[in-house]
Amino acid sequence: MSDGDGFEPTIVVFACHWCTYQAINLAGTSRMKYPPNVRVIRVMCSGRVDPQFVIEAFKNGADGVLVAGCHPGDCHYVNGNMKTMRRTVMLEKLLQDMGIEKERFRREWISAAEAKKWVEVVTEMVEQVRKLGPLKLAEREVVMNE
Amino acid sequence: MSKPKVALYWCASCGGCEEATVDLTERLFDLVEAVDIVFWPIAMDFKREDLEKMEDGSIDIAIINGGIRFEEHEEMVKLLRRKSKIVIAYGSCAHLGGIPGLANAYPREEILKFAYEEAPTVINQDRVRPMKKTTVDGMEFELPDFLEYLKPLDEVIDVDYYIPGCPPTPDLTWEAVSKLLSGEIPPKGHVFGSDKSLCHECPLNETKPDEIKLEELKRPHQVVLDRSKCYLTQGVLCMGPVTRGGCEALCIKGGMPCTGCFGPLEGVYNQGAKALSFLASVIDIEDEEKYREMLEKLGFDPIGWFFRYSLAKGMIYRKKGDGE
Ligand code: SF4
Ligand code: SF4
Ligand code: SF4
Ligand code: FES
Repeated sequence: MSDGDGFEPTIVVFACHWCTYQAINLAGTSRMKYPPNVRVIRVMCSGRVDPQFVIEAFKNGADGVLVAGCHPGDCHYVNGNMKTMRRTVMLEKLLQDMGIEKERFRREWISAAEAKKWVEVVTEMVEQVRKLGPLKLAEREVVMNE
Repeated sequence: MSKPKVALYWCASCGGCEEATVDLTERLFDLVEAVDIVFWPIAMDFKREDLEKMEDGSIDIAIINGGIRFEEHEEMVKLLRRKSKIVIAYGSCAHLGGIPGLANAYPREEILKFAYEEAPTVINQDRVRPMKKTTVDGMEFELPDFLEYLKPLDEVIDVDYYIPGCPPTPDLTWEAVSKLLSGEIPPKGHVFGSDKSLCHECPLNETKPDEIKLEELKRPHQVVLDRSKCYLTQGVLCMGPVTRGGCEALCIKGGMPCTGCFGPLEGVYNQGAKALSFLASVIDIEDEEKYREMLEKLGFDPIGWFFRYSLAKGMIYRKKGDGE
């Protein structure tokens, strides 16, 4: 808890099984330290991350969302990550237009060997989001019996 | 046997949905024959007291269009819910928030400030704003409050069925109402229209290849569309693949791509996000810089492109009392 108010952000990470997820494992087995604020969700390819997932994550309490996959050219499903690239660029703008600060959403390419990059990215993101404070969303009274 | 009782009401609406009902033309007379219209303020002289006097559950079908933006809308739809056996959300505004739901991109204060102070056509030096209560010459007047956000109908009351569209087509309206009146009751929550995407009923679907790869996107005003070829393959956004069918491809036949008014398909809870996802997948640009540049040049507006009718439903908000 670096800040006086003690706010600890929750960052939801969608990590590709073949690269970032392995990098996270490597960071663990190499005893590297990174902030415990992340909740990692493993997907088989970053291209599996439906933009609806990101929106749901924010709705359900995430203060930040990170989508991470294989570097361009390295996707195990040929071009899944190119879809990720095009979707996340669009999502970036959408989320900002919906009033969510830029720093709260990020996309990164992190290979299986890049444990260090994983640590740097999440450390930086947690710091940035911590500074922003909790995600402020409009609250609506909803009488739904879904 | 007494005729079934039907009520019609509008909330934050443009009037187009009321127009759509009148567009039933001769069938409107059949409808009037078949049912007892017990409440329809826009067409007949009914007051709120008339509704209040009715017994709870005595109306068979209430058809409500428009989103919920004023306190008055909230009160009226709650009252209608109490009085009716079946409530139908009619049109995109009641279903998903619709066009007036686009205002949810701005907080209430910003909207009021613009409308009463900053709009170029406004002269209002004293910054007068509508007040809930005012006294003029000793008489007290009360206005319903402008709510924080616009809500689709089912976020205020329990809704039984949905008739989508901006506005719904007369054919679909007729089909839905006659089904309900004949006792063919679909499961609760049913959305009338097709359960397949618009593409399935689009006359241009045959020209659409299995895989679409767009090297460039264009806005509809930047191209003269070839009306014999799938518009999406011509590089403009057509919401057909992610929109419920049932309108018989009206816009397509009129020379315009679909903008999505029939709302999401079954199983999709965020039409806009789904549309974003699908459009991003069919673009064939792998260079991120080039891609960003193209979007920038087009004046990329995800809310306007993907959420034109569904922002109120698809907006990111928290349910009251849901954690922090
Ligand atoms: S759904 Fe369309 S036609 Fe109906 S009230 Fe809303 S804006 Fe008007
Ligand atoms: S994308 Fe649009 S134009 Fe093409 S088939 Fe579907 S609805 Fe028709
Ligand atoms: S083509 Fe699309 S926008 Fe036009 S009426 Fe049909 S669903 Fe609505
Ligand atoms: S397999 Fe890693 S991004 Fe596709």
